[in-house]
Amino acid sequence: MRAYWSAGKLRFVGGLQYRSAAFAGMATQFFWGFMYIMIFVAFYSHSSRAGTPSMTLGELISYIWLQQAFLAFIALWFRDNEIFQLITSGNIAYELCRPCGLYEYWYVKLLATRLSSALLRCFPIVLVAAFLPEPYRIGPPPSAASLFLFMASLFIGLLVLVAISMFIYISVFWTMSPVGSLLIFGVLGEFMAGLVIPIPFMPGWLQNIVYALPFRWTADFPFRVYSGHIPAGEALRGLGIQAAWLFALVLIGKRIMTKALRNVVIQGG
Amino acid sequence: MIQLEGIRKTFKVAKRSAGLRQALKALFVREYSQVNALEGISFSIREGEIVGYIGPNGAGKSTTIKIMSGILLPDGGTCSILGYTPWEERVAYVRNIGVVFGQRTQLWWDVPVLDSFELLKDIYLIPPGEYRSNLALLTETLGIGDLLQTPVRQLSLGQRMRCEIAASLLHGPRILFLDEPTIGLDAVSKLAVRQFVKTINREKGVTVILTTHDMSDIEALADRILLIGKGRLLYDGKLEELRGRFESLPMDDIIVRLYREFRL
Repeated sequence: MRAYWSAGKLRFVGGLQYRSAAFAGMATQFFWGFMYIMIFVAFYSHSSRAGTPSMTLGELISYIWLQQAFLAFIALWFRDNEIFQLITSGNIAYELCRPCGLYEYWYVKLLATRLSSALLRCFPIVLVAAFLPEPYRIGPPPSAASLFLFMASLFIGLLVLVAISMFIYISVFWTMSPVGSLLIFGVLGEFMAGLVIPIPFMPGWLQNIVYALPFRWTADFPFRVYSGHIPAGEALRGLGIQAAWLFALVLIGKRIMTKALRNVVIQGG
Repeated sequence: MIQLEGIRKTFKVAKRSAGLRQALKALFVREYSQVNALEGISFSIREGEIVGYIGPNGAGKSTTIKIMSGILLPDGGTCSILGYTPWEERVAYVRNIGVVFGQRTQLWWDVPVLDSFELLKDIYLIPPGEYRSNLALLTETLGIGDLLQTPVRQLSLGQRMRCEIAASLLHGPRILFLDEPTIGLDAVSKLAVRQFVKTINREKGVTVILTTHDMSDIEALADRILLIGKGRLLYDGKLEELRGRFESLPMDDIIVRLYREFRL
């Protein structure tokens, strides 16, 4: 355990050094946040006659700001090039000489990178968004229970996301290039997680597909728990489903990783 | 201590000729050829030996080292090292070995050398007392005391290689695999590495298996050599014996003669 802890800590501390990257990132996130909100404000003001949207504007705005604040917890394109290089250059030889499970070791590294990146960005973004003029302001959650459930679901969601992203890294054992997997996972996964269009706005048939996949549990679920769009009782049940997905994804990931390592060719002499 | 019996390994290599036409053809039909990297290698090594593992490029030296260090799965044969089958019990086994791949780096590029060492300490769960004494011994014999605070990317190749070797021995392994540890090193660094290998073998009883193309490495270090070519073991024995057979020929010429003799 201490091995994983230390590897994670080194990554976490290393990640906290990138202050200018964090500032640049925050500027980008505010830009996207404002842009999305403007689009949806226009959308709401014209659609109210056709039928009531399935989320209130307030719920939607917290959905958008939380997306921006916790981007490092939910973005699948957020990648660790070091691991790709390890595989394609053959330097993975050294990782395999260590007395640790490779899956666990990489999982911890990826988790630490995302944690440090989000830690630098989430507080300033949420804080500023809480003091913006209406309609851009993010409101507080409706109850303490919602806040608590949000934090729990966000964290398990992060664990699920890292488990999903592990498949991108494992696939490189076969493809030798991360480009394809990143593109497929990035585009499809993020759409299915509700990062492009919030899931309540999707047509019914698409929602059925999305609800059957693990991606929405990383972003859509915790953000709707925050605003109370998913009530506390349902959220509690959701936490269980998240945990089940996490368990299944890690189990499958470890299986495939073991298989990959059996067939691994250490590149280079 | 180390026992290999009929180890075989075949790689599948995708093949096509140069040119656009061939590239287009390869879109539909892939031609593979089988490369027999190892065709039944058997040998055994006793505790405390320094063994030079030599052979031409592509003979299968690195493949053997990778199999013995548990990172590559052979197609056939058995291997028992310290009672472990390396690829079956990888995690438990690798605590007992140290590996240096001369062409790769295990040190973290952007942080001082000492940070990498500290992380290795935690990965191998080295007790603090043992870590301190190992580190002291290694820094002294490898002469890297001044380098520990330097980020790895600012080290010269020779300095880095000495740090790599230290990193592989922090956990006090009983076996050390060195895969071309002197590649690209200048005379001073080479001598330092050789001196060190001797010291660690004599004082700590570490068994060393070393691959190299530099025959003076072998002359300075190994009392026994294993010569392989095209995946087969060609010679296993004392260096002097081989010398005796070819009288006073320099080592490089002996190797070339042997290749000719075995039609490699």
